Amino acid sequence: MAVTVLVAYLGTVLWTFRVSLTSSRTFASDKFIGAAQYTRLFDNERWMLSLHNLAIYGLLFILACIVIGFLLAVFIDQNVVGEGMLRTVFLYPYAMSFVATGLVWQWLLTPGTGIDSVVQKLGFPDFSFDWIVDQDMAIYTVVIATVWQFSGLVMALMLAGLRGIDGDIWKAARLDGIPVWRVYLAIVLPMMKATVATVFLLLATTVAKLFDVVVAMTGGGPGTASEVPAKFIMDHLFLRSNIGLASAGAVMLLIPVIALLAPYAYARSRRSRA
Amino acid sequence: MYNAPRFETRFTAGVSAGIKSRRKARAAAWLTAGLAAAALAGPAGAAAPAAPGAEVIHWWTSGGESAAVKQVAQAYRAAGGVWVDTAIAGGDQSRAVTINRIVGGNPPTAAQFNTSKQFVDVIEEGMLNNVDDIARAQNWDKLLPEPIVNVIKVNGHYYAVPLNIHMQAWIWYSKAAFQKAGIAKEPATVDEFFAALDKLKAAGIVPLAHGGQSWQETVLFTAMLSNLGGRDLYLKVLRDRDPKALASPAFRNVLAAYKRLQSYVDPRSPGRNWNDATAMVISGKAGMQIMGDWAKGEFIAAKQVPGQQFGCIAGLAPNSPYLMQGDVFVFPKTDNADAVRAQKLLANVVVAPNTQLAFSKLKGSVPVRQDVDAAQLDVCAQKGLAILKDRTRHLGISEVYLTPDQNGAMQDVLTAFWNTSMTVDKAQKNIAAALRN
Repeated sequence: MAVTVLVAYLGTVLWTFRVSLTSSRTFASDKFIGAAQYTRLFDNERWMLSLHNLAIYGLLFILACIVIGFLLAVFIDQNVVGEGMLRTVFLYPYAMSFVATGLVWQWLLTPGTGIDSVVQKLGFPDFSFDWIVDQDMAIYTVVIATVWQFSGLVMALMLAGLRGIDGDIWKAARLDGIPVWRVYLAIVLPMMKATVATVFLLLATTVAKLFDVVVAMTGGGPGTASEVPAKFIMDHLFLRSNIGLASAGAVMLLIPVIALLAPYAYARSRRSRA
Repeated sequence: MYNAPRFETRFTAGVSAGIKSRRKARAAAWLTAGLAAAALAGPAGAAAPAAPGAEVIHWWTSGGESAAVKQVAQAYRAAGGVWVDTAIAGGDQSRAVTINRIVGGNPPTAAQFNTSKQFVDVIEEGMLNNVDDIARAQNWDKLLPEPIVNVIKVNGHYYAVPLNIHMQAWIWYSKAAFQKAGIAKEPATVDEFFAALDKLKAAGIVPLAHGGQSWQETVLFTAMLSNLGGRDLYLKVLRDRDPKALASPAFRNVLAAYKRLQSYVDPRSPGRNWNDATAMVISGKAGMQIMGDWAKGEFIAAKQVPGQQFGCIAGLAPNSPYLMQGDVFVFPKTDNADAVRAQKLLANVVVAPNTQLAFSKLKGSVPVRQDVDAAQLDVCAQKGLAILKDRTRHLGISEVYLTPDQNGAMQDVLTAFWNTSMTVDKAQKNIAAALRN
């Protein structure tokens, strides 16, 4: 275990960092050129746009997943009829691969074949839903597709959290006459801090990895409107024979992940020591 | 699906497969086999060697493509070799596998690349065997078009065997749409081309069928650069990356004309595949499409005949450049005598005129060589072969002159320019910056 972590993870990270300082093209080279790849990276409009897109995407995706996931969990927690079936329905999208999700949503959102033509045929001939071919809206279609896929998982985790809440708390709250929504917001949610943190961490790493669904849905388009950093890195690794620049991008992508993970790991290590 | 597949998904089945051509190819292969045997009958000729087995990695997986590569395999078998087929869907994946296997010490006997700088790093690392003896025997310096020699000859040695030539910037048009719009004759200048687009627009037809993917936008750009800018500007921009030419008003005009094309495209084009755009021309919903000759396969699959239901224009000037690309085989370095023998035999089979003709007929391309029976090809391919006779019209596509990295950077700018409200001046500056590295 330790060996795998050291060699496979730490080793490749260090190797990537080394390559990012060289002028490597198709093959890794030993010609060091300092931070030139990083300069080039931040001069690149497509890379900057990718970061911008990732920021918009990350914010909306995490927020929407947590809100929708929590609401779904609360809904299922009301002892609804057919709970087992509903849970399966909500969790099912998570079992699909991102590529499949991307293809399904690409098909649904493409003007002329998908949602927009169905609504038109239902008697609204002026209806149009063409976000996926719209410069400014394409990245939001990616948010829709991935939220659809992930909120079921968030629901499952949140539901486990909700079921862990002591029933006496609910009884006490009812005796005090506190409205249900306030109990959820002011008492239950703070008690589920650990669950929310886990969900946040899962979603955050998903954001940094965002790649396949973009490829399947928009191919980064129209133009470069929905490009994301991971796709920039893959393109330069495999299509453009520039592993130097790709490695620089990969290192830059690692930094926010470490920034997110470090406090979490620190908090955990303190807790286990205590 | 992933990122602008180069050739793999551009082809669909349906090029009329000719049993006749197959028989001819076989006869040709026997001939080649004789030649190869003669070449091999050196000092080692005494012992009867085992049949040379060749493992070939390629990405010809669609119907028309695999029918075409079968012609090569058959010719190789007929020449006495054993063909081991390793087809990998997707050019990018296929090339990645090839490079990984070379680096890992288990190279295939031969592998497909495009006629471009895709494999220049592999040559420079000394990982390919050269094919100088065949090149010398056939006088490739004279026989082959210059843009092809440019990428397969490095430091005086030939490192790849060319199989065919595709032309990227054909203009395909629907005769029915032209008639409906009242266009009497096919446009022969850039001005007439834009006038025809206007007429199509006025007739309520989508003037230009376009697949909104970045590589297809680059096709439109190179078409404008070659037709409007001409040979000199084309080479100055793409080969020399000359800052003066990149900043010139002439290049600005090219960019403006490229952007002008966008006003003739329907709003639903983003993300569309090239063959879906071709289908719009086939049905007459759209008037024209600028696309490589692989599009011909789509028309033929829809039972349309070149020159009858659809037409093909090779360029918008009497001496417009022919933008070449195509496929090659490379031979990874090995000291194994059997493998080298297999490589030599395959190289000989690939360059034989009849293999080339049989392959191109199914692939939609034209043979690299001029000494083939052109009568067997369709009208459009014959037009192409006739143009190829004039060496001053030979030019490569952008990938012939630029590294994958430079080409990609330029492609990013072009697609952003096409899709956003970026000004022409900014696009011009960004392209100059993309080509500086």
